Amino acid sequence: MLELRNVSFQVDSEGTDKEIIRDFSLVIPDNKLVVITGPNGGGKSTLARLIAGIEKPTEGQIFLNGEDITERSITDRAKMGIGFAFQQPVRFKGIQVFDLIRLATGQKISMADACEYLAAVGLCARDYINREVNASLSGGELKRIEIATVLAKKPSLAVFDEPEAGIDLWSFQNLIEVFEGMRRDIRDSSILIISHQERILNIADEIVVVRDGRLAARGTKEEVMPSLLGTSSAVPGCRMTETVKGGAK
Amino acid sequence: MIKVQLDEIQKRLLREVADLHSVPEGAFNIRSNGASAGRQSTANIDIIPRPAGDGLEVRIKPGTKNESVHIPVVMTKTGLSEVVYNDFYIGEGADVTIVAGCGIDNCGPKDSEHDGIHRFYVGKGAKVKYVEKHYGSGTGTGKRILNPGTEVYLEENAVAEMEMVQIKGVDDTERTTTAELAAGARLVVRERLMTHGQQRAISKYVVHMNGDGATADVVSRSVARDDSHQKFDAVLVGNAACSGHTECDSIIMDNGRILAVPGLEANNVDAALVHEAAIGKIAGDQIIKLMTLGLTEQEAEEQIINGFLK
Repeated sequence: MLELRNVSFQVDSEGTDKEIIRDFSLVIPDNKLVVITGPNGGGKSTLARLIAGIEKPTEGQIFLNGEDITERSITDRAKMGIGFAFQQPVRFKGIQVFDLIRLATGQKISMADACEYLAAVGLCARDYINREVNASLSGGELKRIEIATVLAKKPSLAVFDEPEAGIDLWSFQNLIEVFEGMRRDIRDSSILIISHQERILNIADEIVVVRDGRLAARGTKEEVMPSLLGTSSAVPGCRMTETVKGGAK
Repeated sequence: MIKVQLDEIQKRLLREVADLHSVPEGAFNIRSNGASAGRQSTANIDIIPRPAGDGLEVRIKPGTKNESVHIPVVMTKTGLSEVVYNDFYIGEGADVTIVAGCGIDNCGPKDSEHDGIHRFYVGKGAKVKYVEKHYGSGTGTGKRILNPGTEVYLEENAVAEMEMVQIKGVDDTERTTTAELAAGARLVVRERLMTHGQQRAISKYVVHMNGDGATADVVSRSVARDDSHQKFDAVLVGNAACSGHTECDSIIMDNGRILAVPGLEANNVDAALVHEAAIGKIAGDQIIKLMTLGLTEQEAEEQIINGFLK
């Protein structure tokens, strides 16, 4: 269980303090898949980074399973069970897919073990396990490998920052299946996804709307979805098709 | 079986530079503290010492396939300085692997230096894979110095693949590699280098592509840590319808400094030459990603460097 308690985050923007997150409180209970949505620039990704420890709040506290982790490092939080999938996965020259998955598990694993995680994200393990995590991989491939590293970590809280960004429609279909699978096997852990996609919102146990750094609404999808449909916070799948084909909204 | 007498330090150096745990299979010469400690020729590979004792002539018969030559050098005496000349004649159509390498353990106050001058004459259609590792250890104040000179002459359709590695412990290196390529010949160089402390490493390449269809690919990956300094200077000269690529990809850390000087010279309208050079510190995102997997910042850096130099 994760709790954000009165969290604020300010940055220095051209000499004046700009508040990205304002007095934000939220509880993400165990066994739930929670999706955070809201307009661009509203602070969603910043929330994800605050949870992973990449940014530190200027005010407020963050608790994981009752323990105050506000001052804990990224490494500590990872060891305590937080997994984080980047919106734009990082490339590494020379580091192979197997290396990343092995590091994520934190133990010596066999090739066969590592391949299972790749299979889970719909990649043919044999073709990828020895590939370098470099520019030779497409955006969609990288994204799936990124998700495989989070699966391999077996986190008690998995955070995904816009997993649909930069991937093609076919991969997107696969992605939904991966999240549905994670939801089924959730067992005492929780999943937090930052997303605009209606189809991801549809598999949420709970939806949280963030606007201007504040909590604007929260509830089940039945409660929240009607107010979101047709806005940028819930983009239907077909609009994505148009974007892929013609680049137009 | 030829007996080779080596002490524990010498054995450790051999493991580092040549992955050798015992006397190698096939042809070999082990040079220890300025003299040969063991030598073996085979039916197809003749190793002949130079009369002055300052090197070898290695003759590989045409058509020799899947054989290897090991010529490691280990030095454990402080204050030893030597220049060694090794000439390799690789017969037409042969396909062989040559493993060289030098390990210096200097526990004394005087500098130890080994300058290996290697010349490769690779016959028509022959292929040679050359692996050279450098390693230094020891706690003495004397420097460990290696200045390798390599000359490669590739006849028509000959291929040389060269892997040069220097990861640890060599205080001062000036490496010069020159190559002349005839038509259809191919040169591939993969250099990996890491310097630390006050070390200095210079690596120079001059590759002449003289025949149509010649190709050269010279790639260096390096890491400069602490106060170390590196210079990478690679010149490709296209004198025919050829293609060449050179790349210097470097990570700097601490107060490390790197100067990359790629040079291209096209003397033929059909010469296609490319160079790439990139120097920078480890990207912050890379460290953060590995930290989100539970690694400390230092562990993340080590993994990134290990991968980069793999």
